[in-house]
Amino acid sequence: MTAAVEGLPGVSGTRAVEQRPSVALRSDRLRLFVQPIAVVLIVGAVIVWALSGELSANERETLNLPTILTLTGQHVLITLVVSALVVVIAVPLGIALTRPALRWSSPVFLAIANVGQAAPALGVIVLFFLWTGIEGLWAVAIPLVFYTLLPVLRNTMVGIQQVDPSLIDAGRGIGMSAWGVLRRVELPLAVPLILAGLRTALVLAVGTATLAFFVNGGGLGELIDTGYKLQLNSVMYVGSALAIGLALLVDWVGGMAERWLAPKGAE
Amino acid sequence: MTETIEQPTEQGVSGAEIRLEKVTKKYPNTSAPAVEEFTMTIPAGKVVVFVGPSGCGKTTTMRMINRMVEPTSGTITIDGKDALHIDPDQLRRTIGYAIQQAGLFPHYTVAQNIGVVPGLLKWDKKRIADRVDEMMELVGLDPATFAHRLPRQLSGGQQQRVGVARALAADPPVLLMDEPFGAVDPITRGNLQDELMRLQAELGKTIVFVTHDFDEAVKLGDKIAVLGDRSSIQQYDTPDAILANPANDTVAGFVGAGASLKQLTLTRVRDVDYSTDQVLAVGDNERPAVVAEKLTKSGRTYALVLDARRRPQRWVHVRELVGKQSLDGVGRPVGDTVSTQSTLQDALEAILTEGGCAPVTGSRGELLGSIDINTVTSVIANVREEHGA
Repeated sequence: MTAAVEGLPGVSGTRAVEQRPSVALRSDRLRLFVQPIAVVLIVGAVIVWALSGELSANERETLNLPTILTLTGQHVLITLVVSALVVVIAVPLGIALTRPALRWSSPVFLAIANVGQAAPALGVIVLFFLWTGIEGLWAVAIPLVFYTLLPVLRNTMVGIQQVDPSLIDAGRGIGMSAWGVLRRVELPLAVPLILAGLRTALVLAVGTATLAFFVNGGGLGELIDTGYKLQLNSVMYVGSALAIGLALLVDWVGGMAERWLAPKGAE
Repeated sequence: MTETIEQPTEQGVSGAEIRLEKVTKKYPNTSAPAVEEFTMTIPAGKVVVFVGPSGCGKTTTMRMINRMVEPTSGTITIDGKDALHIDPDQLRRTIGYAIQQAGLFPHYTVAQNIGVVPGLLKWDKKRIADRVDEMMELVGLDPATFAHRLPRQLSGGQQQRVGVARALAADPPVLLMDEPFGAVDPITRGNLQDELMRLQAELGKTIVFVTHDFDEAVKLGDKIAVLGDRSSIQQYDTPDAILANPANDTVAGFVGAGASLKQLTLTRVRDVDYSTDQVLAVGDNERPAVVAEKLTKSGRTYALVLDARRRPQRWVHVRELVGKQSLDGVGRPVGDTVSTQSTLQDALEAILTEGGCAPVTGSRGELLGSIDINTVTSVIANVREEHGA
């Protein structure tokens, strides 16, 4: 969980603006290349190391390519489902809560999202399982949506609220409809913050998806759990390295999205 | 309801008359209305400036014309059509709107910003592109250089120009400007004001301009409305009349000190009776003795030496002519002249520089006459008399 919540409470991605641009730019460029290369090298090294040694029968059962691929696939799927649901729920909700008609209700929803994030992820997952009896992908995806909603909801709201009111005035004043101003001015200018929130949510989701094995959701947590229970260090190493590598990769993808999808001139 | 307000295309006056009748705005939970029974006719093709202290309701009044503020009661007509019964978004597309700090969309290029309203009016791409170029030329920004820049890559003055271009892009008959030049430095501000006057001379829009700067109002306004509390009209008249004869203490306070000096900026030399025979003009090839004789005969002490193209060169005193064989290099060079386009303020400056009398020159620098302090004072006296002070 690299993209920690910093700056405004609950607003992620307000990176140190004070940095001199050249420094920020250089560190940004460095990350663009170094982060994915580092991930591939580290993960590759751990897997090669684990697979090249003498493996016991127990180890062979889990440390083979099909199993690793399946579990990684499950992990990625959980992350994607959670992120997609978060975007589909939090962005429209955040937009709706900034409309004058609904503004009064925004504290209620923010409080709910706050509770969701403050509660331990594992507790939320287990409670949800006990309550519904569902197992598998949805048993982990739904509670994780609740858990990771806040950054996107909060950033969508703040992103829209921080748009200079004179721009909205200008937009309406020259004849844009309220919807037109939202679509053409408010949302594009909120995109950088929304993406920053989404990146935080993604990293939260990929990290907490390691808990999916508790409710038969699969994922890389299963490798770590198996390794721990059967005292197979190599399995634990591979599981942990893959989980960390995946989180860093997701963070990198999020960073790239922030970099390339934000409208020019919007800062 | 797309073209509810027709857009006259011929040059000259393209503006539309705006009438406000007993327009009132009362916000809920306030005892006093923000604007109370405001009645005014804004003539087509004229610049009307609302001036008044902050919080007097001048901006609210202006914003009711394009219904950014919805009037509580009263009627507003633009070109005879009831503005309160037109879809607000449609209405606003036919009214130019320029605000302080321009309000440009930071993620749109200059061209995209200017093209917004034509886009809303569903013009085709080619027409929009042509119009954007035309507008940029109009406000003095080279399309090739600036069209694809983002607002943050422009100076404050350039941003304001783009703001004005955006307001004018769909050729609206009416333009609302809310302190559009409030956030730029004084020099840029003066330039933008000059530009606006030039544009207006060409376009003849009906412009409602809000400012708290009385000098700006005097410079730009065909008429000035000095507003007091609740947007009450203290005086609504030409700048001349307001400067010459403020209706009450509120207006006088707003006019401030130096009303006569401000008056001088309103009158141009071509509009006053400058003298054509006060100065004795002589060619530079005349003999000093002849010039001296002319001076003595006419009872003057100074002569103005002109070059072959009748341009003023030097002032020569009668004593300086004694014993000289030619006028070459004799006398004091003329420091400052005024053209017929100059304001009386410029003329006064020249009169002070030249020591009592300044030559008036035509478009090619040729001498037309002279102007002195008496001309200036009599102009002020006449204006005051005319407006009953």
